[in-house]
Amino acid sequence: MTVTEVVLRCLIVLVGFLVLPLLIGQTEHKLMAHMQGRLGPMYAGGFHGWAQLVADGVKFVQKEDVVPSAADKPVFRFAPALALASYLMALAVVPLGPVTWGANVPGSLVWVLAVGGIGTLGTLMAGWSSGNKYSLLGGLRAAAQLISYELPLILSCASFAMAAGSLSLVAIGHAWTPWWLIWQLPGALVFLVAATAELQRPPFDMPVADSELVFGPYTEYTGLRFAFFLLAEYAGIVVMSLLLAVLWLGGWTGPFDHQIGVLWTLLKGFGIALVILWMRMSWPRLREDQLQRIAWLWLVPLALLQIAITAAGVVLMSR
Amino acid sequence: MTAYDLCFAIVGLLSAASGLLAVTTKHLTHAALWLVVCLGSLAGCYLVLGAELVALVQVLVYVGAVVVLVLFAMMVTRAPIGRSTEHDTSLTQRAAAVVVAASTAVLVGAVLVSLFSGPARRIDVAGTHALATELFGTWVWPFELLSLLLLIAVVTALALTRLRSEAPEDDR
Repeated sequence: MTVTEVVLRCLIVLVGFLVLPLLIGQTEHKLMAHMQGRLGPMYAGGFHGWAQLVADGVKFVQKEDVVPSAADKPVFRFAPALALASYLMALAVVPLGPVTWGANVPGSLVWVLAVGGIGTLGTLMAGWSSGNKYSLLGGLRAAAQLISYELPLILSCASFAMAAGSLSLVAIGHAWTPWWLIWQLPGALVFLVAATAELQRPPFDMPVADSELVFGPYTEYTGLRFAFFLLAEYAGIVVMSLLLAVLWLGGWTGPFDHQIGVLWTLLKGFGIALVILWMRMSWPRLREDQLQRIAWLWLVPLALLQIAITAAGVVLMSR
Repeated sequence: MTAYDLCFAIVGLLSAASGLLAVTTKHLTHAALWLVVCLGSLAGCYLVLGAELVALVQVLVYVGAVVVLVLFAMMVTRAPIGRSTEHDTSLTQRAAAVVVAASTAVLVGAVLVSLFSGPARRIDVAGTHALATELFGTWVWPFELLSLLLLIAVVTALALTRLRSEAPEDDR
């Protein structure tokens, strides 16, 4: 790989990282509005308010960047960057097609899970360093949630890796067959629920529960740093949706996949993202104990069952 | 000196420096955060040495889970912002710690140097398959013993909390 190619791939990943989350955000605005019998943003940019999030970004840039005097300043300033950068690194290894990826590493599945875990550290740092009791409580809830949901997430990913016999996302995409849609269904459901909880999206948004904790770990943030946290949340939706699309829906596999394989991956990922958005509009927030109960009593046993099913399938098919 | 040597020196220095900062800082939570840097740069060491999977698992387990657990425990109990002196140890204890740490370092260093002082060889077989064969073939018994140890620890922790909650609770 030449230097030009590396630079080009990095640039494309960066552009995708900045555009796709905005697309998801605008879709959420419009979808939520129409499901609730409203129109949503209609003015910014003219056509159906397509530039609303750009306008929001401009507004965030203009706001004053406030650091509370009780805060631990270096940690407070650094936390949003950590949250954002981790999803950028995760997006770099998610393949859109057999040759369309930012970086192709042999253990890319483990890479996505590992750097995704670093991003959650940014939330904890924000919660602790703000010097605010609501932030601290939000950080605590976030930590408890991450510890419980990291396990089913990793277990369900392990099932896909076992089925494909590889830890590389490109190899998993190549090993995919339509049979996986049923064979790996429990694992995919566990992944979807655990990923939603990992991203702290409703109905798993206890850490930022606005009626209890103001805005959880992000309460004290203003301006661009606050926007970074929001961008990280939507970038997380993009990463998790594309990841599930590659793992469970076969990524670029589909009619005419030699010509439009990348479009298939994006379309499947967008469909999963729609489901994640839809969950927010349909269900109220869970209680903290209900959240822990779901993780340990339902998701972990289900993921372990899926691993047993996968192992049996792999052994039977290799005969 | 190759680029590998240079990278290894950089991540090694980073790891040692952040490790020192983790034990010397007066800010409690900063110690945990320096530990993140230390464990992360240790993963960098593995990466430079060609053990990609070990590096990623190091990040996944230690940075993603263990440090999160440490931070959680600190937030639940006490994590003041700013310098705190209430957990400081006495001078004798510090001197003893320095002596123990230095002698351990000398011992490990001496063993490693005497074992691997020959000319350096590059091993290019540290792939996931080779690692799995080693782990679940040659080293399967130590591996299973370790998981048994962890299981005992979990059961003991559960038993301890259960025993305590059975004690009368209205003696406050």
